[in-house]
This record gives sequence, structure tokens and C-alpha cells, in this order.
Amino acid sequence: METRLVGRPVTRNEDPRLLTGRALFVDDVELPGMLHAAFLRSPHAHAKILSVDVAAAKARPGVHAVILAEDLGAYWQPGPLLVPPPPIPGMVFNQRCQVPLAKGVVRHLGEPIAMVVADSRYVAEDAVGDILVDYETLPAVGDLEAATAPDAARVHADVAGNVAAEVRQVKGDYGAARARAAHVVRRRFWYDRGASVPMETRGIVAEWDAKADRMTVWDTTQAPVVIRNGLAAMLGLSERQLRVIAPFIGGGFGPKMMMFYPEEVLVPWVAMRLGRPVKWIEDRLEHFTATTHERGQLHEAEIALDAEGRILGVRDAFLMDTGAYNPYGLTIPLNSQCTLLGCYDVPAYESRFVAVFTNRTLCTPYRGAGRQHGVFVMERLLDAAAREMGIDRTEIRRRNFLRPEQFPHRHGLIYQDFSALTYDSGNYAPILEMAKDAIGYDRFLAEEQPKARAEGRHVGLGIVCYVEGTGIGPYEGAKVRVQSSGKVTLATGIGTQGQGHFTAFAQVVAEQLGVDVRDVEVSTGDTDQFDWGVGTFASRGAVVAGSAAHGAAMAVRGKILKLAAQHFECAEEDLVLEDGKVSIAGVPGRAIPLGRLAQMANPLRGAVRPGTEPGLEATSYFGPEMGATASGVHAMVIEMDAETLRPEILRYVVVHDCGTVLNPLILAGQIHGGVAQGIGNAFFEQIAWTEDGQILNASLADYLLPTALDVPRMELLHTVTPSPFNPLGAKGAGEAGSIPVGPLYAQAIEDALDLPARGIEITEIPLSPSRLWEICNPSG
Amino acid sequence: MTQRIAIEVTVNGTPYRREVEPRLLLSDFLRHEIGLTGTHVGCEHGVCGACTIRLDGAPVRSCLMFAVQAQGHAVATVEGLAPSPAELSPLQQAFRDAHGLQCGYCTPGILMTMSAFLEENPDPDEEAVRHALSGNLCRCTGYQHIVDAVLLAATRLKGG
Repeated sequence: METRLVGRPVTRNEDPRLLTGRALFVDDVELPGMLHAAFLRSPHAHAKILSVDVAAAKARPGVHAVILAEDLGAYWQPGPLLVPPPPIPGMVFNQRCQVPLAKGVVRHLGEPIAMVVADSRYVAEDAVGDILVDYETLPAVGDLEAATAPDAARVHADVAGNVAAEVRQVKGDYGAARARAAHVVRRRFWYDRGASVPMETRGIVAEWDAKADRMTVWDTTQAPVVIRNGLAAMLGLSERQLRVIAPFIGGGFGPKMMMFYPEEVLVPWVAMRLGRPVKWIEDRLEHFTATTHERGQLHEAEIALDAEGRILGVRDAFLMDTGAYNPYGLTIPLNSQCTLLGCYDVPAYESRFVAVFTNRTLCTPYRGAGRQHGVFVMERLLDAAAREMGIDRTEIRRRNFLRPEQFPHRHGLIYQDFSALTYDSGNYAPILEMAKDAIGYDRFLAEEQPKARAEGRHVGLGIVCYVEGTGIGPYEGAKVRVQSSGKVTLATGIGTQGQGHFTAFAQVVAEQLGVDVRDVEVSTGDTDQFDWGVGTFASRGAVVAGSAAHGAAMAVRGKILKLAAQHFECAEEDLVLEDGKVSIAGVPGRAIPLGRLAQMANPLRGAVRPGTEPGLEATSYFGPEMGATASGVHAMVIEMDAETLRPEILRYVVVHDCGTVLNPLILAGQIHGGVAQGIGNAFFEQIAWTEDGQILNASLADYLLPTALDVPRMELLHTVTPSPFNPLGAKGAGEAGSIPVGPLYAQAIEDALDLPARGIEITEIPLSPSRLWEICNPSG
Repeated sequence: MTQRIAIEVTVNGTPYRREVEPRLLLSDFLRHEIGLTGTHVGCEHGVCGACTIRLDGAPVRSCLMFAVQAQGHAVATVEGLAPSPAELSPLQQAFRDAHGLQCGYCTPGILMTMSAFLEENPDPDEEAVRHALSGNLCRCTGYQHIVDAVLLAATRLKGG
């Protein structure tokens, strides 16, 4: 390798299209004769549907179809279980997947009941308003503890106690650990729901071409290959007949990984039935009820420590709100369960959770995907223990860190990817030290905080640690080809929602092939270009698809050198591959461009040698046995207005270790964005439910996303502990920013307002000025 | 709602004549009637700012206007920012250089808001940029690189 491209802050290949309005998003697809769909959605959280009258809707001029559940015939099927639970002994799992259109009963606000297809979206929405439905409302299940009572109302009539799943995992002997503990801390924690709110809502366009006998679907999905395979099976098409394109996607963050949304099942079906292209674009109100949420968990947790503050064991039991259906299996609660162990050596752990059906929008992974809850519980327990035992909060963490020689570290639990939870590599103490130095921890405690307090200011510091399981399997693939122009193409099956894949993958390939990054054209998310793969989730794009791209590029490099050696009649070792050509080392002037070699490898006459393949092309797959564990520390200094309880972040430091960095510019963006979502989650965003399951704040005017005035300037530092489990040494970074912000706020606000001195602790997220006031004034 | 009204709107210097329903949003007119899909729609209730265009120079939310209200006015969209198909404007270039975009969905609205802001405030500080930006939501970037991009563009536009 003559030039190192991996690791450089290369500006992005995709930006010119995005900056000039030329990038194609799903709603930009315009087709001749295209019709538009709109959905009638349940206005109730739980109700029987007594009757539906669609006569007026059908009679409205411009309406082409009004579809109810019974119109779907055998096509009406509950959705597939997207992620089956891993084989954990003693597990209970009650599979109840979402249906395309409600039949007889609706189980959450926004559940679709009817689909209208019309000449325009305006007419389709008019016709939705024409539909008359008689409902008999039923008790709505919302509160998690009440939901699990034996006599509670049921979301699914045949599931007592609304138990969607129950799992217990154990390592060591917690009872024995507790018996010899010098100190035990027990707390109850609540971490409420939020919504991912990508700036682009969901959407889908489907076109059935009867003459070509093929369907094309444009979908805002994070997993186009999986959609293609599933949809082809549902529609009775061969996989060859269905092309799914996830073009530019306006943010995903997890909920666009959910499959199959009802609209994804219905729009292609109706396009085929009507023989016309059909488009559906979700509006923002629909988004708040029909696109999945995440977070609601209630934990009862206990930590046992020895006299020096070393962890002997942790016991945790939690309830998790899974919403009305559970197609995503156990990904979220298993992430919570496993991530709770954090950066720490925990010899004994006993964790039990019950996932609970509620009459609320489904919960599926959203950036962090349950990891937040585990980190919140552990970091809060350590804060309380440190305070009660008179140990510095950073010191109690340092004492309990897994040490470098303990990696790879097997925890003895089963993780969401079915593997035995194993941390590949890590070195946590230097990260904490860097964060302490950067935020000025010692100086803050010794000088700045006392000075501020003397001035009557309420300034506090927070510092918390986290791990992030990333880059899980099963696999991704990539195909690399040198074109006769000398330019290179890379195709992979994952979709992209802003992560810079067009650039990071191009760097990986360009480095191997000695070409300019701008000369590597990347295709993601088009099943006609590449149709093996799983999807963009769990911070795995760079690790898994990046490693596949690396493998394919290495193979093409081998083919290039072999062919060039034949051409020059020299040894491969004497060849230099750079600047888009192959030359002989030390022989200026003897060079052949890659494009010419590509033509030679794909001749029109003459023979391709036996045992070789035409062209300079290779496909490679990468399937890690287990994921890569990133880690980090966030620290901030916050100032609270004691009257309004509005915080102002004065400093924000992130020290992060995600192994080998492919592109520091893109990495910084990922961290910044994650922190911003973490800030929203910690202090701004909360779905406000009524007892009967209505959402009070289903608009961007009421559900507050952080603005440029709410997100501070962040200072980023890195350490590099490469992963031994992939050839790049990379670890994922997509979710890291968002994971530890909840406990960071809690600790910093407690510190700023000196709450523990008043016997007050923060044990819940999200916070807000009004909720903080309630917490600070428990007697009202 | 079959009544149609003839309007003429100039978009990026080109006059367009169309007959439209009175209820047609300006955002839908731009995107679906004349095919300028660079203007994005994020909320349709005027909060997110993704659909921001410039109307006679002023940044406005195209989802909060009807197309008929643009009759006789000059609209500028993201498609009109670059001096030529092969070049980026200084503001666009700064967004690329500072990594001021990720998914790019909010970006056209932010570019239109910030192009107007920089014309009125050629020498802004970070706080001024953040205030001007606070009416545009971005879910990917955490805003820091956007702020950097706007400050970089300002420096370059001043010839610095």
C-alpha cells in the first residue's frame, strides 16, 4: 500500500448531488400514471371495529380503490417475525405480529384500517375522511406494572398479563455476592419512550411493469435486500422479478429497519392489482403513531460491592414496553440486559425482564436500541454507590473497569445476535483519564465549582462511561469491478441513510486499488446491483460491509497484479499499483492504465485463460462470528437556572474508541449527531400519552427536537483499540453518541443543584424543566 | 375541489404557467408540478424548515403557502444556488468541506435559510449563526458541522 486513504478526512463523494437538489429520495420518484395512497388509521388505542362504510369514499371522483382487510383475501397475513428470539433456556416468547390492515379490532393509535388509492394525495386524503367507522372502545393498556396484573385488560385476548416475553439470564451467584457485600444499593429507574423522527418520513413507491413481468419498489428502508426477498415471497414473484431500491434516505436511526410495515406490504400489492404505479408518503402526524418508537423500560436494580467499592454483583429486573405487536423479537431488551454490564468486571449478574404488550405504537430499535437503559441503570447505581461509600465517582469506575488483559472477555450471556456476549478488545482506563483531563475534572471540583457556588451559580459536572456492541453479523457482501474507463464500481446490499458509505467504502477500495477516491462509484441499496445482505443497523455498516468491500478490493487487486505481471512478463512483487495504473518499480515509463487492463481481462477475441474469470471483478462476503465492542466516556459541565430549571451546557467532551477510524470527518459527524439525539432523549423528547392511549404531542411543534441553540459545541478525542475480529480493525460508531447522555444529564444536574444533599436523586429519563421541578419539590 | 386557477410563478429565473387547485401547497407545486424535487418536505406544519425556499429573496416555508399565493412572485430553490452544473456555490462548497450534511434531507432548506442570512450578515459569529439556524431542524449532524460550514462560507465570501 503506497498511500493511506483509510483514516483520512476525505470529503464526501455523495455531497454534490445532495447539495444541489439532484439526489433522489423516495418522494422524488415521479412515474407516468402514478396514483397516490392514503390510510385511514385508528383514532383509538384499543377498540372493536363494528362496521366500516366505504361507499362515499368509493364514490368520490378520482378514487380508484378503497381496500379493507377482507379485500386482501389470503394476502392478509400477520407480518413475519423479523428477529426470532435466540435460544435462551426457560424463555417465554409470545409472537404477535402486526397485520396489514386491522380486522375486527385495533390495538394502537394509528393502526391502519383502510387504504385509499386516488389520482392525487389530496383526493386520497379527502376520501379517507369519507369513510365511516363504528368503534366500540376497549380499555387501553398503557402502564407497564398495571398491564402485568392478572386481571389487567388484554392487548391480545389470548395473552394473559400481556406478557410478550420473559427472559432470565444469570452469571455467577448473585445471592452469594450479596451475602458478602459491604454495601448494597437498590434503586428503581424509569426510562420513557421517544421517537426517532428522521427528517424524511417513511414512503414507498411501487410500479408493476406487466410487459417486463417485473416490479420495482422504492422504499425508505434500511434493509432493501430483506424487503425484496420477503416481498417477492408474499407477492408470489421470483426474487428476480422484484427490484427494491432504497435510494437516498433522509435519516433512519432504526425504525426504518422495521419490517414489514403495513404500507410496505400493501402499496406493492395494490400497484400490481391496479396496474398503475402507486406512491405513499407518510405525513408527520402519521409518523408519530405509525412509525415505531422505542425506550419505555422500568428497572428495579441492585448492586452489591465490597468495602473498596468493587462490584461483587448486580441484580436487575425490568419491564419493557413492546407496544401492540412484537415483530422485532427481543433485540431491545437483550441489548439492555447485556449492555448493563458496561465497561465493568461484574462477577455475578442476575437479570430478568418481561416484555409487555401495550396499546401503543410498536417499539423497535432506535439508535442505541436498549443500550441506553442498561448504561443508565449501571451508571446511576455506581453514582449512588460512590456517594454513599465516599468514593470519587471516577475512581469507583476506574476500580471496576475490565483490564486490558481480560480481553477478549466472555460475559457468559447470550447477546441479541445469538452469540455469547464477548467484548473483543478495549482499554478503558486511558479513555476515562483523557476525559477527566479534557473536562478539567480535578480543577473543576477543587476550584471552579466552589467558586461558582460562592457566586450563587449552580454549575455541575457529569462524567459517565459506556460500551456499545456494534458490527454484528450475520454478514454483508460487496462486489468490486474495474471498468474499462479505469473507474471502479463497488456495490453492496446495505442501504445508506447519511452515514457516508459512498465515501468511506470508496476509501477502503481506493486504498487497495491505487485509484482516486472520486473514481470509486458506490452503489448501496439497489437489489439489481447487489442482492445479498441484511441491512444497516447496529452500527455495522463500516465494520461488516466495510470489511466485505476490503475483501473484494483485495481480490481485485490480486487479479490486477496477476494480469499486469503477465503483460509485463515480470514478477508481481515488482509492480506498483497507484494513480490508476500499474507500473514496474524503478522503470519509469512502463505503465499500463487500469482501464486498459480491464479491457484485456474481458477480450472480444482470443481466449480467457483456463481457470480464470473474465474481467477485473470480485465479490466478497464478511460475516463476523461476533460483534466489536466500542467504548467511550462523555463528560459535561452544565449550569442550571435554579428558578426555571433550564440547563445550559458549558462544556461537552467525548472520548471515544471505535478501533480503526475509516474517515475522521464522518466519524465526528456520527458522534455529534448521536449526542444531539441523546440530548433530545435526555431533556426534550417524550411521547406524551393520555391514559386512553392518545398522543398529545404528535407534531414537531409539540414534540421538541433539539435545535442549534440546544446542542452545544462538542470536543472530540479518540483512542484506538482495534478490533481483532475484522480485517479493518474497525468498530461501529453510529449509536455511541446517543447512548450515555441520559445518565450524564442526571449526574450533572444532581451535581449542579446539589440534589443528593437534599436527599433527592434523579432516577428517570427524559427530564424537562417541569419534570425536574416536580423531582426537586416532591411535596409539591 | 376541481376549480383551477391559472398562475405564473418565476422559479430560479424561469417563468412557469400552470393551472392549479387553490389548495395546492407551494411545496407540492414546486416538487410535483414543475419537478424541482430538491425542496424537501419534512413536517408540512412549518416547524422543521426542510421546505424553506426564498420568495422575492426572503426565506419562507413553502409548506405554509399555497401555490396561488406565489402568483407573480419570484421563487428561488436549492436547484438555483450553484453557478453551473459542474460547480458548487461558496456556501454549498463550505458544506461539503466542513461535512455540514449527512442524510442531506434538511440540507436544501438550511442552504436557502443560510444563503439569505449571509447576505444580510456577512460577518456573523457562531452565536448569530446558531440563532439563524435554530428554525431549521436537522436530526443527523448535531448542527456543529453546519455551523462550521456557514462560518467557513462567510470567511470565504469575505475573501478571507
